[in-house]
Amino acid sequence: MSAPPRARELGMMSCHICRLVTAYSDDPHAHCPRCHSALHVRKQGSIARSWALLLAAAMFYIPANVFPIMRTQSLSSKDDNTILSGIFELWRAGSPGLAVIVFTASIVVPMLKFIIMTILLVSVQRSSGLVSKQRARLYRFVELIGYWSMLDVFVVAILSALVHFQILSRVEPLPGVVYFGVVVVLTMLSAMSFDPRLIWDNRKSQ
Amino acid sequence: MALKRRDGMHHAQNLIICEHCDSVYQKRKLSRGQVADCTVCGAVLERHQWIGVDGQFALIIAALIVFVIANVSPIVTLKLSGMAETTTLWGAVIAMWNDGAQLVAALTALTLFFFPLSQLVIFCWVLWFAREGRRAPGFAQAMTALVRVKPWSMIEVFMLGTLVAVVKAHTYFDVVPGPGIWAFGFLTVLITVFSSHDTRHLWDVTKDAKA
Repeated sequence: MSAPPRARELGMMSCHICRLVTAYSDDPHAHCPRCHSALHVRKQGSIARSWALLLAAAMFYIPANVFPIMRTQSLSSKDDNTILSGIFELWRAGSPGLAVIVFTASIVVPMLKFIIMTILLVSVQRSSGLVSKQRARLYRFVELIGYWSMLDVFVVAILSALVHFQILSRVEPLPGVVYFGVVVVLTMLSAMSFDPRLIWDNRKSQ
Repeated sequence: MALKRRDGMHHAQNLIICEHCDSVYQKRKLSRGQVADCTVCGAVLERHQWIGVDGQFALIIAALIVFVIANVSPIVTLKLSGMAETTTLWGAVIAMWNDGAQLVAALTALTLFFFPLSQLVIFCWVLWFAREGRRAPGFAQAMTALVRVKPWSMIEVFMLGTLVAVVKAHTYFDVVPGPGIWAFGFLTVLITVFSSHDTRHLWDVTKDAKA
């Protein structure tokens, strides 16, 4: 079975918002006749935007992990937890199963996003024709897992609202959680800025 | 009132372009449960839309009701030596705001309240007209907004977050789950059903009504 033709070869393109198929146009001010969104053959400035947002996210990722995200205060003790120490505590005191889930959402998912986005961006910039299908799959994976990293942020939010027993016991958010929230948003924006069609454009081989 | 169609685009109506790799296909009629995958990159081209417009409308009304319940009823109650503390979603937002994490408070309010709510309301509006095959006033803007807002609605993540928070708090306190947590759970199920649906399908089943 031969490969299907690509839109560009047929002089067509589709609206990124409503998917309407229209005639190819390289006018940067073209608008979709159906939903009036701006029409582009590829997402604009995809690689530069995606890199910039990814690097910004990587920078914020350091304070997100170094600074504590949550303070647990009681009469006798004051306990500041970072993301990692919170996971250890959950492992020891509560449930190892949930600790694995939080570890996946807060540590594995962001790391995977950094690694995968870097691989995708570098390979596209080098016009690599290798393992395109696998790279396309990696991109869809990043899109799918993206927002699950917000898990820890929501946990801190709920606990801060709940544990409010005056001086007896209190939970407060600490700056780490703000940095972490910013990391999640920036990595999501980075993945959204990347255009997966680039994986299939200008390949050296073939 | 005469139905008028835009000229010129007819030939393209039966084509579908893969959003992930730009491959062009002829649209095919899918039967129940079928999913068309792109043969080049493996992405989903199109799914069979197994819930009709009326069914979707019913689901969206259900989701709106559950959304209200989820937001007004307490999610969990904590007990410590005779004292009880309860919270709702907005309680969490306000606590974060007052404790110096305004950015996170805003993020929480947007991803768990404003974005999901606008999604539900806009979808409800569009479906109400789509039931008669019409395009609602502001249809194009509404459909664009739905596509843009979709990735930023995070009810499912919040559901899991509540679970983790309950287990964490359980070590030190008595935890009583409230109706809010069930509402969020039900909302998660409804959202999962909806996410297997492509809202953009509505472009095909409605017609632009022009006098």
